[in-house]
Amino acid sequence: MNRRIAITGGTSGLGLALVRELTARGARVAFVARHRENVERVSREHSGTVGIVGDVSRKEDIYPIATQIIGNLGGLDVLVNNASSLGPVPLALLGDTECEDFEIALATNVLGPFRLTKALLGALAASAREGRSPVVFNVSSDAAIQPYAGWGAYGASKAALHHMTRIWGEELAAEGIRFVSRDPGDMDTPLHAIAVPDADRATLKRPETAAREIADVIAPVSFKAAA
Amino acid sequence: MIAANAAVQRPADARLLVVDALGSTREIPRRDFASLLHRGDLVVANDAATLPASLSGRHAGKGAPIEVRLAAARSLDLGDEPRFAAIVFGAGDYRTRTEDRTLPPPLAVGDVLALGPVHATVERLLDHPRLVELRLAGTHDEVWSAIAHHGRPIQYAYLPAPLATWDTWTPIAAAPLAFEAPSAGFTLDWRSLGELRRRGAGFATVTLAAGISSTGDPALDARLPFDEPYRIPAATAASIRRARRDGGRVIAIGTTVVRALESAAARDASVHAGAGIATLRLGASTPLQVVDAILSGTHEPGTSHFELLRAVAGDAALGRMSEALEIGRFRTHEFGDSIFIERSRDAFPVTVPSHRSLRGLV
Repeated sequence: MNRRIAITGGTSGLGLALVRELTARGARVAFVARHRENVERVSREHSGTVGIVGDVSRKEDIYPIATQIIGNLGGLDVLVNNASSLGPVPLALLGDTECEDFEIALATNVLGPFRLTKALLGALAASAREGRSPVVFNVSSDAAIQPYAGWGAYGASKAALHHMTRIWGEELAAEGIRFVSRDPGDMDTPLHAIAVPDADRATLKRPETAAREIADVIAPVSFKAAA
Repeated sequence: MIAANAAVQRPADARLLVVDALGSTREIPRRDFASLLHRGDLVVANDAATLPASLSGRHAGKGAPIEVRLAAARSLDLGDEPRFAAIVFGAGDYRTRTEDRTLPPPLAVGDVLALGPVHATVERLLDHPRLVELRLAGTHDEVWSAIAHHGRPIQYAYLPAPLATWDTWTPIAAAPLAFEAPSAGFTLDWRSLGELRRRGAGFATVTLAAGISSTGDPALDARLPFDEPYRIPAATAASIRRARRDGGRVIAIGTTVVRALESAAARDASVHAGAGIATLRLGASTPLQVVDAILSGTHEPGTSHFELLRAVAGDAALGRMSEALEIGRFRTHEFGDSIFIERSRDAFPVTVPSHRSLRGLV
């Protein structure tokens, strides 16, 4: 399998589990994260992966990220928009949410995936023309559907991401690019620990399990890419 | 939140001058480009994205400030320690017209240029004080990281504001391998690709690592275009065969596409899939074997770009085109208005294609 896959937020939680799972499946993986030390560590621990330092919430970072993804992988078949921001930490009622914290959630969870997808659209369409069945997988949440008190910035931004994914899908089906938005479930990740510090971790899904489920969608073991 | 910048590269009101096979001209809004297409036509574009090819730095030995413009690559796979043909300027930046830029300090083989996070070594001198072959030190991902972060797009003095990288990627831009934007591709957007499909036309791409298009130095400009590596996907070669068999037109979006397709067809007049190096220099003496029409930017007679159009249309048609552009006050250059020219009857195919070998350059 020679799937070329990019994952944002690739140094912890679900993103890191995806880097592991997809590398093990033989994919060529590039991952993006904000902190250089973490990127270098994950890259060292997973040989063959390409670690890219960048912040998807910053407009100025998008093209350097896209340039490195496509340049290093020689093209792109799968983009996983996984990097997420909770907005206010600790979580806050909407009435208590600072506008700036809401903006950070929107920049990370909506605008970042929009900009990065747009920058990579040409590469994804090229993948489609070569019969490689490209996919954009956007990590959603049940908070995108259910109005949970305290999850306003996160839930509203994930709802926007979920809806945007469906519109991308409508508009680009003819180009052969598939768009998927899915809730991986409540996972035992650093993000969840910040949101719900007193959660019973035993009841949470392991990120490795969610990563396997996502990998089955974007890079099934049986996948034979056109050479 | 960050305010949106002006999208200088895609004026919504861009115009398209259509020159048909008989040499008559008419104007349509460029956004209606797809209305020119018929069932069975094949539109072919260059999907190369644009590298931020301008790298500022210092001559490590002499300390003098320099600007390096990566100008051409040897192959589409840059690999570790990639080599580029590069044009080197002395102190200053794009705000000085390239014509007026100072020379770099005299360069010698083995000189090291410190370009932000990356070091480049002069591997060869190429018979001009500005033109060298450089090797960038580092692994594949180190080099990409350095170019992505330190590189800036090559600028155009006539634009009111400097271009950001996002201004230089066409909507279909995929692999970042061009040194200047294959700018005819700015005509395309996802709406027009959908419209094209609804009209029963096809769409395919080639990847050609378009080299620098001008340097401001007549001696260097006379050597352009450099050899350019390209790749024709199998699906594109098949689509071209089908279009030609069924009487559809092959419509090239930009001169880089013409160069790739005609180079690929130089051997036996049919386009073969695979990688190659485009050495063809298009002009009045290079009859087109594949391309039936071209969409391109507008340029004045006498420029190298204009010369290239003489492969498509004869002097009479090009004369009428220039007149219409002049009278209609079309905007010129890479980011201006566009022309669509059908191959005309008065473009005389003359004898053999003239290949220009700059193979030794990069």
